[in-house]
Amino acid sequence: MNRIDQTFQKKQKLLSIYFSAGHPELEDTLPILLALQDSGVDMVEIGLPFSDPLADGPTIQESSTRALRNGMTTEKLFDQLQNIRQSLNIPLVLMGYFNPIMQYGIEQFCKKCRSIGIDGLIIPDLPVDLYHHEYKTLFDQYNLYNIFLITPQTSEERIRYIDNVSSGFIYMVSSASVTGAQSAFGNAQEDYFRRIAQMKLKTPQVIGFGISNAETYQAATRFSRGAIIGSAFIQFLEKKGVASIPDFIKSIR
Amino acid sequence: MKYQVDEKGFYGDFGGAYIPEMLYTNVEELRKNYIQISESESFQKEFQSLLSEYVGRPTPLYFAARLSEKYNTRIYLKREDLCHTGAHKVNNTIGQILMAQRLGKNRIIAETGAGQHGVATATVCALMGIECIIYMGALDIQRQAPNVARMKMLGAEVRAAQSGSKTLKDATNEAIRDWINNPVDTHYIIGSVVGPHPYPDMVARFQSVISAETQAQLLKKEKRDYPDHVIACVGGGSNAAGLYYHFLENPRVNIIAVEAAGKGIDSGESAATSALGKEGIIHGSKTLLMQTPDGQITEPYSISAGLDYPGVGPMHAHLFRSQRAEFISIPDQEAMDWGLILSQMEGIIPAIETAHAFAVLDVRKFSPNEVIVFNCSGRGDKDLDTYIDHFRL
Repeated sequence: MNRIDQTFQKKQKLLSIYFSAGHPELEDTLPILLALQDSGVDMVEIGLPFSDPLADGPTIQESSTRALRNGMTTEKLFDQLQNIRQSLNIPLVLMGYFNPIMQYGIEQFCKKCRSIGIDGLIIPDLPVDLYHHEYKTLFDQYNLYNIFLITPQTSEERIRYIDNVSSGFIYMVSSASVTGAQSAFGNAQEDYFRRIAQMKLKTPQVIGFGISNAETYQAATRFSRGAIIGSAFIQFLEKKGVASIPDFIKSIR
Repeated sequence: MKYQVDEKGFYGDFGGAYIPEMLYTNVEELRKNYIQISESESFQKEFQSLLSEYVGRPTPLYFAARLSEKYNTRIYLKREDLCHTGAHKVNNTIGQILMAQRLGKNRIIAETGAGQHGVATATVCALMGIECIIYMGALDIQRQAPNVARMKMLGAEVRAAQSGSKTLKDATNEAIRDWINNPVDTHYIIGSVVGPHPYPDMVARFQSVISAETQAQLLKKEKRDYPDHVIACVGGGSNAAGLYYHFLENPRVNIIAVEAAGKGIDSGESAATSALGKEGIIHGSKTLLMQTPDGQITEPYSISAGLDYPGVGPMHAHLFRSQRAEFISIPDQEAMDWGLILSQMEGIIPAIETAHAFAVLDVRKFSPNEVIVFNCSGRGDKDLDTYIDHFRL
């Protein structure tokens, strides 16, 4: 069984963390992953840096740029992760834009992910329709879950379609925005969370974008199965460093 | 319709809409409505009236007698440089502002490189009294002060893109991010035949007035409604798409696309996407783009800011791969020389982008009876500083 499914079966109120591979330092990937697991994080999204991350806000743009400047590449990340399953049990999701994956070769990429023990992919600029018709068979063959985003603007019909094509979880974007930390949710956002919860989708939902502290984590997990923190974690890493990761996780839950 | 977009939004292997879900609702709204709206009677009436009364269309198809004599062939210039705001860009912004109004949008965003599309967008927003925000690379803002001033004078807010290389591709990223953050009231006026479907097709349709007029004008002047060659410069490719549009399916018309070689194709400082690009995704479209082996988009170079784009519109990528069009790249030096040649032989100071197209006359032979139409896409006022520096005027 895919580790993502196992985790959703075992746990409630998942905490998932996103970071850009190769940032703050090129070789931080493994220390960050191990520190996150030791701090009790349930799942990790590893960002494959891209020169033009158009769905991301300033924090992740900056961490991606610095990661690339540090020398991070797809090949380098795969090298770093080669033996990761000897020490890491939590599900791992790679998040990257479609162009670098295309250049690596899509099947080659899937194969490599499978051999390393990656459980899922988030490719924000690969729309569900294109994935469904062109790549789903390939991803299924390598037992990789492709995770889709929904937003407050996504129509009910399309949410049902995404639910149908999805495996693992659905990434619920908390508001109409690019990624970035936010200190509290407004009423409109809570209405949207409630609306989705009432749809009783088959795929569990995890809320991301704008989650930064215990308050937003609690609010998100009242309406969904989990929350993803990215920008706030990256900002923390920059200020406090890898050794302080347990402090950040403790501040959330 | 082999060279036009198909029902899925592709030109052969290229095109499509590779966009994050956050953009889906907006792009889908546009995709569902753009043809019906732009072909409606009320739209066409207003569009055509603005093109003639405000833009100054039809633009002349001018027979360049001295140039024709020197090169021993028949050379026509489609005078898009005579459009209001000084280039073809305004054909598209007029069309898109009318589209935005019909979609009920009351806030306009746009990206700009050298500032031409930014000025053309700010102009139509002023015309309609609509809020206008222009994203421009921080580096380009420094380099293009007069156009920044024009946009401000026209009432637009110019926002600096501080990310990445601080140029056109980053301004485009910032405009896309703005659209993600403002999904309800905002329309994004893309300036070229790039971006996710339906943008390349919509922009090409608005620019197709160039070839529609050319057909009618040639019929009068040459007793046939097509030339032997159409020649245009290609950055993203909007002026080229407009000139080629009605000739795409006519095999008697040879299509020539001129890219900027910059300091030379192998110099590492070039914008010749067909020669240096590989298939990939940029700004929501599958096309040819300049990138590292690892798939990071690289920064192109050309002396002309309007050709300085790492990708090319998907229609042009298809014209290249299918060999429907001949692609030629022209270095900075030759383009600059042609700025001077056109000025002194025809009394027309062209934009540096436009000058690239004319340099084809030095690298390719044409027969005496052949009819050639160049898109004289823009005038050179905006480039005067570059010309002054280059020729020590």
